[in-house]
Amino acid sequence: MKRRDFFGVLGGGILVLLEDDAIYAQETGGPRGGNQAAPLELGAWLHIGDTGVVTVYTGKVEVGQNARTSLTQAVLEELAAPAANVKIVMGDTDLTPFDIGTVGSMTTPRMWPQIRKAAAAAREMLLDLAAQKWSVDRTTLKLADGKITSGAHTGTFGELAKGEKWTRSIPSSVPLHAAGDWQAAGKSVPKVNGRDMVTGAHKYTYDMKKPGMLHAKVLYPPQFGATLISLDAAAAQAMPGVKVVHEGNFVAVAAPEHETAVRALAALKAQWQPVTAEADDHSVFQYFRQTSTNAPAPANLTAYTIAYIAHVPLEPRAALAEWEGDRVTVWTGSQRPFGVRSELAQLFGIPEEKARVIVPDTGSGYGGKHNGDAALEAARISKAVGKPVKRNWTRDEEMMWAYFRPGGLIEVAGKTAPDGTITEWEFHNYNSGGSGLQSPYSLASRKEQFHQSKSPLRQGSYRGLAATANHFVRESYMDELAHAVKMDPLEFRLKNTKDERLRAVIIAAADKFNWKGRQKAPLKGFGIAAGFEKGGYVATCAEVDMNADTGTVKVRRAVVAFECGAIVNPEHLRNQVEGGVIMGLGGALFEEVRFGQGKILNTHLKEYRVPRFADVPVIESVLLDRKDIVSAGSGETPIVGIAPAIGNAIFDANGRRIRRLPLMS
Amino acid sequence: MARVTELSVNGGRRRIDADSDRTLLSVLRDDLDLTGTKFGCGEGQCAACTVLVDGVATKSCLIKVGAVAGKKIVTIEGLAPANALHPVQQAFLDADALQCGYCTPGMILGAVSLLRRSPNPSEAEIASGMNGHICRCGTYPRVVHAIRMAAAKGGKA
Repeated sequence: MKRRDFFGVLGGGILVLLEDDAIYAQETGGPRGGNQAAPLELGAWLHIGDTGVVTVYTGKVEVGQNARTSLTQAVLEELAAPAANVKIVMGDTDLTPFDIGTVGSMTTPRMWPQIRKAAAAAREMLLDLAAQKWSVDRTTLKLADGKITSGAHTGTFGELAKGEKWTRSIPSSVPLHAAGDWQAAGKSVPKVNGRDMVTGAHKYTYDMKKPGMLHAKVLYPPQFGATLISLDAAAAQAMPGVKVVHEGNFVAVAAPEHETAVRALAALKAQWQPVTAEADDHSVFQYFRQTSTNAPAPANLTAYTIAYIAHVPLEPRAALAEWEGDRVTVWTGSQRPFGVRSELAQLFGIPEEKARVIVPDTGSGYGGKHNGDAALEAARISKAVGKPVKRNWTRDEEMMWAYFRPGGLIEVAGKTAPDGTITEWEFHNYNSGGSGLQSPYSLASRKEQFHQSKSPLRQGSYRGLAATANHFVRESYMDELAHAVKMDPLEFRLKNTKDERLRAVIIAAADKFNWKGRQKAPLKGFGIAAGFEKGGYVATCAEVDMNADTGTVKVRRAVVAFECGAIVNPEHLRNQVEGGVIMGLGGALFEEVRFGQGKILNTHLKEYRVPRFADVPVIESVLLDRKDIVSAGSGETPIVGIAPAIGNAIFDANGRRIRRLPLMS
Repeated sequence: MARVTELSVNGGRRRIDADSDRTLLSVLRDDLDLTGTKFGCGEGQCAACTVLVDGVATKSCLIKVGAVAGKKIVTIEGLAPANALHPVQQAFLDADALQCGYCTPGMILGAVSLLRRSPNPSEAEIASGMNGHICRCGTYPRVVHAIRMAAAKGGKA
């Protein structure tokens, strides 16, 4: 949307444009398309029309992390209105400002204060309008519940904004009042559109339809990278209503009914050129070392391995695409609508403004929906068949053709003085990533290195990125060092850090867990782990029981202390912390993508196990509210502590150090 | 192929014209636009597609529409009268027992069915009774809490 179009599109009223050059410095969520138009210089905009509804436009999306709710709180903190009068338009590339993506836990530290600033500016504009209209002193005005009053005068936001076409641009440097003075923020506001979720009224992309649309299926190769030798589509083409799309290696069918499309796909006869895979799930760890682009570590370090894991968003990838002339609109569940727009523009060789991407609140992402796989398929098939096209991925397509959290090989070594002080530290991560690579502990000497390697699987972002792998290895090895000097693992950690925020979460978790009073028993173990990532500090304690017959572990109890600055919404923060622990439980204990011969071997949920009710321990979260520290995000960091806490508890129970994820492989 | 021409859904009779071997999930979503019933895996592993058939939680991705002709089907859209919430729906909101919400309709119908079998379930009974449902966001403890809250308020319907 261009500046001059605002009032044409939005109607009259008042408009705040928040300028923010720094927004482009946000962490990127992956490779950008090569056709990126010059981004707008605006971080967010906010409009109040004659209905009095306050509408905020942001390129962020809602994937279950409750950003729609926290951003509503940001508005209400500055602009007292009924919550129902605040509307957040998210993730629509025609309506919202450019945004790099809902990635890296950046919504709370970056977008949240911006929206507060926009709302604060709108408040000042409304006060100006009221003072002018009623010819009263500004200090006599009171603003509450969507109205401004002064003596006998009263006006709703809508009445004051009516007939105006007033725009104010504000820099992102506007000061905000501190968290200690918050009114609407800092409280447990319920999910703003929760009712639509519990009634089934909300339409996820997977649920969307258009009149005349066709359901599409794509013929994927039997192996990654296989090329098509020949295709016989005659039987599929003969089916009533079926259209076949064949463009090089891309083959798809579309039909008015989903079942017909499934039958048409099955009727395609294709021959593929087989591919020789370079690594499987056993050989991959040495493969990482062999393909490292820089010199590998010395051979005498302690090696840990990290399996590839899958995001398994419960809503699989989906898209609905519709062309009007040379312009395409795609609804899709993606964390990077502007990234998907770039991908579309690149695929079709069209300017970015000819592609519109709209993201309905989505059935989760966890870093797994950074690109437009389903969007590109739907748009491509729609263009070929000349009708709106729906492309809903199945679960096994999701498990085979999405990208994964990278597997990794991590090699570590360290030395300690007799008093427990760590004197040397060396840490090498192959392929899994650099997030959380640096130890938060005070280390006299350290070498920490990420080695880029070749990945046999398509890999990408995942909740917490490599911080989960790096924390697992670091905190497991910290435990190894602690035991080597016969020190309590809690004392060993406190001995080696002066970081007050890290110490605070460690002490809070240990106290709540009653670490010092823990009761040893046969087959029972206790573990602790801690860390720092993306502005949040976490410490996790776990209690496990080992099964002597099966060798399996049951996690009984987990205590998590988390601190990410001033808390915006305590209940939603708690929900994120618990969710991170439970998701992390899967990668800790049993999640593992198995692969060989160029394909995924466990593409069904009965083979790829994710955490269920019966797996969940008692979880107690301790939230430390630092009102003096700017709020950071919480969607990622709480996940990093659970795996090492469990691994350390297993060692405590049976003396066995498991140096791999998942622990129960 | 045998056809099914009528289904009893949410207290009303709905005309359809579907092959009897289609899944109930497909007919609800594609023919009747009752998309509150979710596709999660299509193989009975996640229970996002749960509906009530004669009052019992049933995975609609596994059952054929021919097998439910004449039976009473309740989807999330019909669990409570328009503009009202069933006590279990209200409890899910009160306990913040959702994040992305995609598993929520199936969870709620699973919980309603559980409470009919066992009006005051223990946490262990809830965990075993609901174990077929996946919430990838990890709201399980909140779902347990919501079901206990609904039970305390006589949440069976």
